[in-house]
Amino acid sequence: MRYVRPETAEEAADLLGREEGVSRILAGGTDVLVQLKSGLVEPDLIVDIKRIAGMRDITPEDGGFRIGAAVSGAMLGEHAGVKALWPGVVEGFELIGSTQVQGRATMAGNLCNGSPAGDAVPSLVAAAAVARIQGPGGTRDCPVAEIPVGPGRTALGKGEIITSILLPARPARSGDAYLRFIPRTEMDIAVASAAVSLTLGADGRVAAARVALGAVAPTVRLVDAAAECLLGTGLEEDALAALAAACSAACRPIDDKRGTIAFRSQVAGVLARRAAAIAHQRAGRTS
Amino acid sequence: MKTIQVATTINGDSAEFVCGHDETLLDALRNRLGLTGAKEGCGTGDCGACSVRLDDRLVCSCLVLAAEAEGARIDTIEGLAQGETLHPLQQSFIDLAALQCGICTPGILVAAKALLDRNPEPTDTEIRYWLAGNLCRCTGYDKIVRAVQDAAAKMRSA
Repeated sequence: MRYVRPETAEEAADLLGREEGVSRILAGGTDVLVQLKSGLVEPDLIVDIKRIAGMRDITPEDGGFRIGAAVSGAMLGEHAGVKALWPGVVEGFELIGSTQVQGRATMAGNLCNGSPAGDAVPSLVAAAAVARIQGPGGTRDCPVAEIPVGPGRTALGKGEIITSILLPARPARSGDAYLRFIPRTEMDIAVASAAVSLTLGADGRVAAARVALGAVAPTVRLVDAAAECLLGTGLEEDALAALAAACSAACRPIDDKRGTIAFRSQVAGVLARRAAAIAHQRAGRTS
Repeated sequence: MKTIQVATTINGDSAEFVCGHDETLLDALRNRLGLTGAKEGCGTGDCGACSVRLDDRLVCSCLVLAAEAEGARIDTIEGLAQGETLHPLQQSFIDLAALQCGICTPGILVAAKALLDRNPEPTDTEIRYWLAGNLCRCTGYDKIVRAVQDAAAKMRSA
């Protein structure tokens, strides 16, 4: 194995693009090092991207924030601006692992690891976050929702790396929230999860909404039918019941030791309605 | 290119070592620098016995490549005591019997120090969440939480 530490994203993409063997990108390393240890992967090349300019920066951009690909959970959690604008994104990311893991883990890494249960991903999808990707041929932007294509698989091509994730600006009276179910209180993998982002109109009714579910399908899933249940409502009981039903109907989970299909489907709906209520409350607070 | 030369700062002193490309920081600390306070429990970031601070951030050194330490500042359990004088956390752990076999203790002390540096007056709940990544298989956690509170109180009144 060869460890390299390029200074530019172009150089990193070039190295990855030309490598004929197995390669891995190293940012926080909280998944990659575990894969190395377990022998799950034996890379020929490890590209550490942390010395590339901007990778550890949180930069205001057009009313939103650009989050460098090597920004850790600890760094994001200490950023008052991001927490105020996208609290649901921060709370989702902060649920991952221990204090030690938070010291290193990154949102881009959680996204690229490709787990349907990654806690950073549903909120990013609900936020309509956009990943900036450096490839051997240049850069491109891709919605976060389109990055995962299956368990452990992403839409990134050979040599491509995510260099940052843009959390967009949002109108006043907006809020988001993320909830997951685990059988304990900390340090576990989501059995089912839900993220809701919504914006209220001047009349206090929901003017825009996005709902994303985690751990209930091969990828994190954006559920338009669930979001539609909230539009024009004040989150009355019938709207929340319709939201939960639409979420449960959209689930395509697996049965495993952590949860059955029936359990995951039901709980995803319950979490979505609770997350919607929290997002709604937060939206009211920002008006 | 079988090894990498690394120049780093450990507990305030500059240090240099040579390591393999796939070697972890934990292995380099223990096997190349003789700093055996950090322990390998799981090797996969679950138990926290290998906790150190990397540029002030609490991390599992088993999840860091040794090569990543280039130009970084690393603080280990070996830097906690001032000469022969134990850190208040170490003294409180002894006084309140917050350890038995001791394997988890260096990691818990490093993690607890990181907590008290940013929050000198944590609640029991805050201590438990902060230390959720430090597993102890013999003492149980009550004595550990009490020892952290005891040290925090002494550090506040110092």
